Amino acid sequence: MLKFCGLRPASLTWLEHRRALPTLRFTAALGRFFPGLGQTDLPGTTVDEVLRHAEARFPGLRRYLLEDQGALRQHVNIFVNGERIRDRDRLSDALNEGDEVFVLQALSGG
Amino acid sequence: MADTLLLGTRKGLVVYRHSAGQWTLDRVHFTGFPVTLADRDNQGSWWAMLDHGHWGCKLHRSDDEGQTWQELAGPAFAEGDETKPGKPATVKYLWAFAPGGPQFPNRIWVGTEPGGLFLSEDRGATFSLVRSLWDFPGRAEQWFGGGRDDASIHSILVDPRDNNRIHIGISCAGVFFSPDSGKTWQVRNKGLRADFLPDPAMEVGHDPHLLVRSLQHPDVLWQQNHCGIFRSTDNGERWHEISQPDGPARFGFAIAADPDDPLSAWVVPADSDATRVAMDLALCVSATHDGGKTWLAQRNGLPQAHAFDITYRHALDYQNDELVFGTTTGNCYHSADRGGHWTCLHSNLPMIHSVRFV
Repeated sequence: MLKFCGLRPASLTWLEHRRALPTLRFTAALGRFFPGLGQTDLPGTTVDEVLRHAEARFPGLRRYLLEDQGALRQHVNIFVNGERIRDRDRLSDALNEGDEVFVLQALSGG
Repeated sequence: MADTLLLGTRKGLVVYRHSAGQWTLDRVHFTGFPVTLADRDNQGSWWAMLDHGHWGCKLHRSDDEGQTWQELAGPAFAEGDETKPGKPATVKYLWAFAPGGPQFPNRIWVGTEPGGLFLSEDRGATFSLVRSLWDFPGRAEQWFGGGRDDASIHSILVDPRDNNRIHIGISCAGVFFSPDSGKTWQVRNKGLRADFLPDPAMEVGHDPHLLVRSLQHPDVLWQQNHCGIFRSTDNGERWHEISQPDGPARFGFAIAADPDDPLSAWVVPADSDATRVAMDLALCVSATHDGGKTWLAQRNGLPQAHAFDITYRHALDYQNDELVFGTTTGNCYHSADRGGHWTCLHSNLPMIHSVRFV
């Protein structure tokens, strides 16, 4: 369909590249600590790589999500296209083009 | 005299200011988030230790008395550190804070669960694990959690005569002493009793709930222990039990010492280690002015019926005849006359974790 839009090839390449990146979304609860945190496309072929790129934009973010040695905190979950990731210790779950990564936390306490 | 009170509560840092002869609530910081401990360092900065639960523990510093706060990276274990074999160590709670003293103005000590002691030489910009303590023989086998999952460091005392000399209190392991800024360690549990162990006189495995020092008489140390109240007059070389045999001053968490009078201290008794409510549901503070030979229950102005309050270990403080303590049910009480009379500063705060005159 894009071929009918009159876009130049260079722009098409850029758009395809953008579409290839995984999309990262966060629970709104993290916005209190990281204003500006929202849906964003970031490069990476694993969950860990995407989060490292997110850390570059939002320094300190990984320490909110991960324990000291890199495992996902007990009450934090990450879903890829609606499926909970399998490797909570190293976040090695592979990502494909256009995957949607959603970071959220359990709700508990009072 | 300090004119500010920092209250670390389950829902934020509550600041009181003293003016026109009374303490009034000035401001709340970190609203909604648990503040496990708040204190001030030698240079006047405020420090707040937060436990976000889902997001972990965070360390904040303010150099302008709370106008602005900076979140620091805080203590963290390194890859390969293990609480026990096969269990990666991660900071689960920030539970002790001490400035390094005048000889080390940029130094900050922080104690954590699991039992890690962390040292910063740059006012919190970076921390490193005191590995000599972490690697102390028997840590993984002999230290264990008391109330928390893993052994935890809740007390850090820097000797005012020589700031290299520090004592720490660990639940459960006991009292440890370093003469050299944490390079080497000695166990200082002689005279303590651990009724919950098969051998109550074990060298390691004791449960001091809090250590404090009579600052102007630095060889005098006190501790409210799980198994009683103990005092040392030789810098912790040997402890002597000073619990009240037939009175309320036995079990509890907090203890405060008069810096000028080595014979005076205060505790907030609780009913046994099983029920953990105010003794007979009547709140009191117990004071000694003879080094623990006798205790006086101070009740004037405190609720004497249906009081479920207990006071956590960091939630009692003393300065210049003033005492203040906070409770688990959100009450904060103040005395201007060494406990003779009490007034309630606030009665519907969140659970109070810590109280400090700063």
